[in-house]
Amino acid sequence: MQKKRLWDILLAAGLLLLALALYLALRPGGGGTWAVVTQNGEEIARYSLGEDWTVTIGGEDYNVLEISGGAAAVVEANCGDHTCVRTGTISRTGETVVCLPHRLVVRIEGGDGPSFDAAAGRGGAG
Amino acid sequence: MRRENIARLALLTTLAMALSWLESLLVLPGLLPGMKIGLANLAVLFALYRLGLREAAAVSLTRVILASATFGSAYSFAYSLAGAALSLAVMAGLKRLDRFSLLGVSIAGAVCHNLAQLLVAMAVLGTAQLGWYLPALLISGVAAGTAIGAAGAAVTARVRL
Repeated sequence: MQKKRLWDILLAAGLLLLALALYLALRPGGGGTWAVVTQNGEEIARYSLGEDWTVTIGGEDYNVLEISGGAAAVVEANCGDHTCVRTGTISRTGETVVCLPHRLVVRIEGGDGPSFDAAAGRGGAG
Repeated sequence: MRRENIARLALLTTLAMALSWLESLLVLPGLLPGMKIGLANLAVLFALYRLGLREAAAVSLTRVILASATFGSAYSFAYSLAGAALSLAVMAGLKRLDRFSLLGVSIAGAVCHNLAQLLVAMAVLGTAQLGWYLPALLISGVAAGTAIGAAGAAVTARVRL
């Protein structure tokens, strides 16, 4: 029994260490410059974080994207779970807002200058 | 399947349903999709340790179907099913390996549940850009798996069913 408990602890510790390593490798970068909107895996629009926007994405199934003060947020949506709205504002490179029912991803890109854009591009980190 | 197990299965499935429903009522701020406490896994763990793999699979599958049909949605069904299937497969494998206690098995099950949901989300969204989310899911899986595993060990040891 004691031996099994040790293995349990090793398993939990290993998983937490893995989480830490992944976090350090994948953590969001500095402030981004674009809010990139992807639906069904294809980029449908990108908005500069330097300006203020309020846009409605989609028709019958919609998400309202608001960009102000260099941060983006989905402020309204008619999806079932409203997880996208609850996620709050995002502003750092790599951060995302996801709306699973509408297959929508809003992702911040381009915080580290043009060279990062070219290197990370679409489908980068992750 | 032993005949007297049918009543036990009905009881455990009902319990799993009730726990799922209870969990669906808990809206915890800051919890992102895929993060679950996994209350229903208590019933599945009990079935796995006290009755067997087939019985646990029956409880889990019936729970997923009934829960999705009554208070879930069409898309939540795919997530639940993927999570439940991978979780149970890994838990059964580790139990047979006989290296971890019920607690470790529960932790692995919870992490695999979250992992499967993330993979389904990636497939649905057609993007691999959700990888950044993996650390949070790993940590929430370990935390939830520990809590449910501790409760499950106590229940499995004490409750005569």
